[in-house]
Amino acid sequence: MTNYLKQNNKLAYMTICSFLLILISVYMILIYAPQEIIMGDVQRIFYYHVASGWIGALAFFITLIASVLFLITKHEKYDLVAMSSAEIGVVFISMNIISGSIWARPVWNTWWTWDPRLTTATIMWLLYIAYLFLHTGLENHHRRAHITSVYGIVAFVSVPLTFAAIRIWRTIHPVVIGSSDPNAEGQFDMTPEMTTTLLFTVATFTVLYCTLIWHRIRIQQMQISLSKIYSHEIGN
Amino acid sequence: MMKSPQDNTTTKFWQSSLAIIWKDWKIELRKKSLLSSMLIFSLMIVLIFTFALDLDKSARENVAIGILWVTFVFAATLGLNQTIALENENSTLDGILLSPIDQTSILVGKFISTFIFVTIIEAFVMPIYYILFEIPLFSPKLIVVILLGTFGYTLVGTLLATIAMRTQYREIILPILLFPVATPIIISAVQCSNKILSGASWNQMSGPFNLLIVYDIIFVGIAIMTFDHLIKE
Amino acid sequence: MINLQNVSKSFGLTFVLNDINLKISTGQFTTIIGPNGSGKTTLLRIISGLLTPNTGTVTINGINTATHAYDTRHLIGVISHQSFLYENLTAFENLLFYARLYGINDINSRIKFVLDTVNLSKHQNILISTFSHGMKQKLSIARSILHNPPIILCDEPYTGLDQNSSDNLTRLLQSITYSGNTVVMVTHNLNKVIKLSDQLIVLHKGKIETNEPIADKTLETLIKEYDEITTR
Repeated sequence: MTNYLKQNNKLAYMTICSFLLILISVYMILIYAPQEIIMGDVQRIFYYHVASGWIGALAFFITLIASVLFLITKHEKYDLVAMSSAEIGVVFISMNIISGSIWARPVWNTWWTWDPRLTTATIMWLLYIAYLFLHTGLENHHRRAHITSVYGIVAFVSVPLTFAAIRIWRTIHPVVIGSSDPNAEGQFDMTPEMTTTLLFTVATFTVLYCTLIWHRIRIQQMQISLSKIYSHEIGN
Repeated sequence: MMKSPQDNTTTKFWQSSLAIIWKDWKIELRKKSLLSSMLIFSLMIVLIFTFALDLDKSARENVAIGILWVTFVFAATLGLNQTIALENENSTLDGILLSPIDQTSILVGKFISTFIFVTIIEAFVMPIYYILFEIPLFSPKLIVVILLGTFGYTLVGTLLATIAMRTQYREIILPILLFPVATPIIISAVQCSNKILSGASWNQMSGPFNLLIVYDIIFVGIAIMTFDHLIKE
Repeated sequence: MINLQNVSKSFGLTFVLNDINLKISTGQFTTIIGPNGSGKTTLLRIISGLLTPNTGTVTINGINTATHAYDTRHLIGVISHQSFLYENLTAFENLLFYARLYGINDINSRIKFVLDTVNLSKHQNILISTFSHGMKQKLSIARSILHNPPIILCDEPYTGLDQNSSDNLTRLLQSITYSGNTVVMVTHNLNKVIKLSDQLIVLHKGKIETNEPIADKTLETLIKEYDEITTR
């Protein structure tokens, strides 16, 4: 591990930096941000919930861009970016769904409900699981890169729909940022401290995302050069 | 009269699309396996739902549209798998790819023949539905919505079936890839259909209806732009 | 003339073809042989345009197959061990379908001509699912010469044929060569094609090992040379 990081100073700094940022964000969420009056401490989940949802959407957007760039340029590196970003996106969306579920238990009095937002988020999650599944189903690298890129573009249709779901359909999911729906349960207004905490958490997660994708791409590149050495040995 | 080169490529594009449609139909009219399996499958779904949900009259009205769309979606998936799998036998897809055609015409041809297969099945299933569920299915509005929904579903389905065919999982993977992608279309189609049945005006159903059209257009764009990259290596 | 310059192809991490340079002149019958996995089928698929090389260019009569695929596809006919035919169509319908894809003008007379060439006119309205393997192979040849291509690519066409059908195939290939067409044959079975070939290419581990005219060499010396190369 230390050897791995020694080769790349910038990445090492970023890894440490995101670790420190997460510690600060934990402090801000638990201590700095005020307690919400109605929901109490459970509202504090909100910060990580929103931040992980944001990273999920960002990650899938990067997958889309990388897929388009791959189809235009045919550079393998874009395929690596698309794949890595989708993997990270799935992890963050999973966190987003789980944290939302934990929050919903006391506030909505249920772990899960088939609300439009929850449904569209689940669809989005399933789509990118299918994307990763598709990746494992293709052994020929060149063909795989083409096919998964197309699916990476198709899959993205779910992302704006998930984002817009709470705004176009009647839903019980709160819209904290922007206008609010009278039907939503668990609605609240943010104090300035809450806003600061939220923005800080989102920024932290963005840094974390950059660090993770950098690691992921590096690991994949190493895998590729390793198997190149390996197949070379076999070849002789 | 001289034709401009633009005209010429357009004519050629449709010639090759039509050749593919003609060929798919010729084979189907001879084998009749696709249409019959789709039809039997659709009827099975209707029966299973009727027994599984133990539907009384009031319950029927609430879920009938949902069941109708589930039937269409499953039958279409079956059809998509088979029309694309047809090209696996004797590597005929390679034979088509070797010929001097615009490769997007393969998508268009395959899409149109599947779309016609599916609409024929729908035309058979709807009267049966009408008899079993006693819901007024034959309004022009509803037919427009069904056609639009089928259009988007079979189009993105043709694209994804081509993907599925190129993986080692073949037919198994198509539903996994297709269902989540097509959900926005299905959701808006079901909402539209429900509103039509409850007697809503165009204005009241404009939300889901616009969404349906938007998704159809998005899928047309994506399919045309990406199919080329998918089919060649 | 077919010209390959610095063509390399890898599937993932393994190189199937490594920096191939090759010129095949018009009217020549070239046979490419090599053991399994030597890259010969990949080479043929690259010439036919079904595969794009990772690096390098392929030109046919000076036209780049990657950028002007539409023009080069008219020039190529492919005979493969896969028939490219639909089992549930008749011989005539199969040819009709492909004739439409190739945009052939006088469809009926052209189909009649190619069916006569392969001696299948009597069976033109029979479903090919009832055809024997040899008959399918004949129809597959009819399909490949439908648009009268100057270049014929053959990918192991002898696979699964009995003695009689192979002889027929050889005779058909002979008549194709006599009419001045360029033929590129990929096979692992040298004795079937030795009499037809002008040029012999041995492909081994993705590289061209020899590329020389057959001239007066006997089958025995060629097989001996081939064994020496592949066991190296």
